[in-house]
Amino acid sequence: MTSAVLADQLHKTFAEVHAVDGLSFKVEPGEIYGFVGPDGAGKTTTMRLLCGGFRPDSGHAEIYGYDVIKHPDEARTQIGYLAQRFSLYGDLTVLENLRFFAEMHNIPTSNWKPRAQEILKFVGLDEFSDRRAEQLSGGMKQKLGLATALVHRPKVLLLDEPTGGVDPVTRQDFWQLIIRLVGQEGVSVVVSTPYMDEASRCTRVGFVSRGKLITEGTPGQVTSHLNGRVLELVGDPLDRMRHAAVADPDVEDVQVFGDRLHLRIKPGSGDRVIDRLPTVLRTQGVQMQRIRPITATLEDVFIELSEQADQVQ
Amino acid sequence: MFNSRLWSIMRKEIIQMTRDRRTVIISIIQPILMLFLLGSAATNNVRNVPAVLFDQDHSQAARDLLDAYRAADYFTFSYQVQSVQEMRQLIESGEAKAALIIPPDYGQRIASGEPAQVEFVIDGSDATLASTALSAATLIGQAKSTAVVRASLESHGQSVASSSPIEVRTQVWYNPDMVQAFFMVPGLMGTILLQLTVTLTAASIVRERERGTIEQLIITPLRSWELMIGKITPYIFLAFFDMLEVLVIGTLVFHVPMNGSLGLLLLMSALFLGTGLGIGLFISTVAKTQQEAQVLGMLIQLPSMFLAGFLFPIAAMPPFLQALSYLMPLRYFLIIVRGIMLKGAGIEAFSGDVLALAIFCVAIVALAVSRFHKTLD
Repeated sequence: MTSAVLADQLHKTFAEVHAVDGLSFKVEPGEIYGFVGPDGAGKTTTMRLLCGGFRPDSGHAEIYGYDVIKHPDEARTQIGYLAQRFSLYGDLTVLENLRFFAEMHNIPTSNWKPRAQEILKFVGLDEFSDRRAEQLSGGMKQKLGLATALVHRPKVLLLDEPTGGVDPVTRQDFWQLIIRLVGQEGVSVVVSTPYMDEASRCTRVGFVSRGKLITEGTPGQVTSHLNGRVLELVGDPLDRMRHAAVADPDVEDVQVFGDRLHLRIKPGSGDRVIDRLPTVLRTQGVQMQRIRPITATLEDVFIELSEQADQVQ
Repeated sequence: MFNSRLWSIMRKEIIQMTRDRRTVIISIIQPILMLFLLGSAATNNVRNVPAVLFDQDHSQAARDLLDAYRAADYFTFSYQVQSVQEMRQLIESGEAKAALIIPPDYGQRIASGEPAQVEFVIDGSDATLASTALSAATLIGQAKSTAVVRASLESHGQSVASSSPIEVRTQVWYNPDMVQAFFMVPGLMGTILLQLTVTLTAASIVRERERGTIEQLIITPLRSWELMIGKITPYIFLAFFDMLEVLVIGTLVFHVPMNGSLGLLLLMSALFLGTGLGIGLFISTVAKTQQEAQVLGMLIQLPSMFLAGFLFPIAAMPPFLQALSYLMPLRYFLIIVRGIMLKGAGIEAFSGDVLALAIFCVAIVALAVSRFHKTLD
């Protein structure tokens, strides 16, 4: 079966900086592929390479078997693209924007209106169809962006940080829409995001750093190597507790989460640390309430991989 | 073939234009303003220059001379003084710009047939005014002198058939009254066409990039040429409208003659329009923001205004600047427009300029199109 999206050894350099450095991955039909990584990792550049906005220095990208540079028209009819920045016409109304982009995609005049109505209803903007795009709230703008990306019924959605600067409720809405699209219309999605809770909703995630794919897999696979390696530590005072934890030879990393700490420890050292740390903490005057292993999250993986990537550099 | 994407782009552009009323209103009013400012205020015609009379003679001959100066309308003798000191004060304070000094023995010398001298002082701080006043004063003086000679000869009973051995007759063609508007209106048409096409097209295309809308256009099957032509077309109409506006006001209000063929004028304007659009397009491939586009546009327009013969005649420029003016498409268009409107000339009269303009047009459009890509890099 043909992959929905195929990236093969993509390279793109800007003024000697390897923005994308030999990136390869596949997205199968019906998958939501999450692209995560720190700012400047090359997420946006990759998205633009996938939609044909940039020409790669080497390597190639295919959408359902169509090379995005050699067969741009065939490839692009399959793509719906939502750029990171609002990229619609603020001085046109919601409906005018949809009409314009429908016409750009060669949708016949007789068909654009029913499709526009359907899609506005789908994203929940049907009551705002005569409002100028610039007068929409941030979340509504993103929904209009999504509607525009969907107007020509693409089979692949490329979403570049679609929920940046959007409130949590709208983010939730937005994800429900994406999940419905995948379920109902069989759309495949590539979404870049800096939010780990969003990444955990994806079928698979790929972690990029400095233009390279470091690891990929289902959220479960990606976090599996950290199973048993994350401990939660609750106690008081937090600051002294943190100092003690950092000093422990088996602790690789300490993160503060509100009133508690997450410790990442060396593989297989869980029992040792749980035995040793409470004693150490007591001698340092920390009132420890709890220490226990917890399930690793994508956030833990993200932090671990970012640190590794920095060390390599 | 009817191209629906092209039409959609144009329709979108027109909707955006109508919503951006300020730009449209400015681009319609601006030519009118410029026309009235440059056509009437900035005039080289010197009339009623305030002048001082220092008459030390008070003879009939002195009064005759004064009448000759008064009759010509160039000078108004609003001040009569009794000393060089007073005269100097009036000129220094700027109240008077010129002075006529008639020496005490003027009448006596004229009567006895001896050469008589009068002195004419001109404030040279305003060079344009001074040069015109100078030539006017000289001409009037010469005319009077000839008349005096003739009169004295006649009184001696001699023939006056050929009173002066050489006679120079000057005659101004095409604009005999040397009305500034006649020079300005055709020039303004060119300047306005250039400004609108360059600035507005460049800005409208750069805006797509600046606002990020180009990112969304990129993944559509839209072709570069469709984007280009679709965006430019509404501005072609706006530019033509403005040009006709100047033409109509120029002929009706300023009575600029339209001696040549209107069809030829429109055809030549279309050629010049193409050149301006090419420049605008080219700028849009270089500039990243609308501000950059504006600055680049000014960089093209300002030298054109000063060097292409719009405000100052090319013939009066130093050779280096004259050579530079060949690089400005406006130069050729101004020659063509003035030729058609004022001289009623046909295309054969300025075929070289048409050729130069055509070469410019093709070259800049080709350069711009080759650089115009619908990509993000």
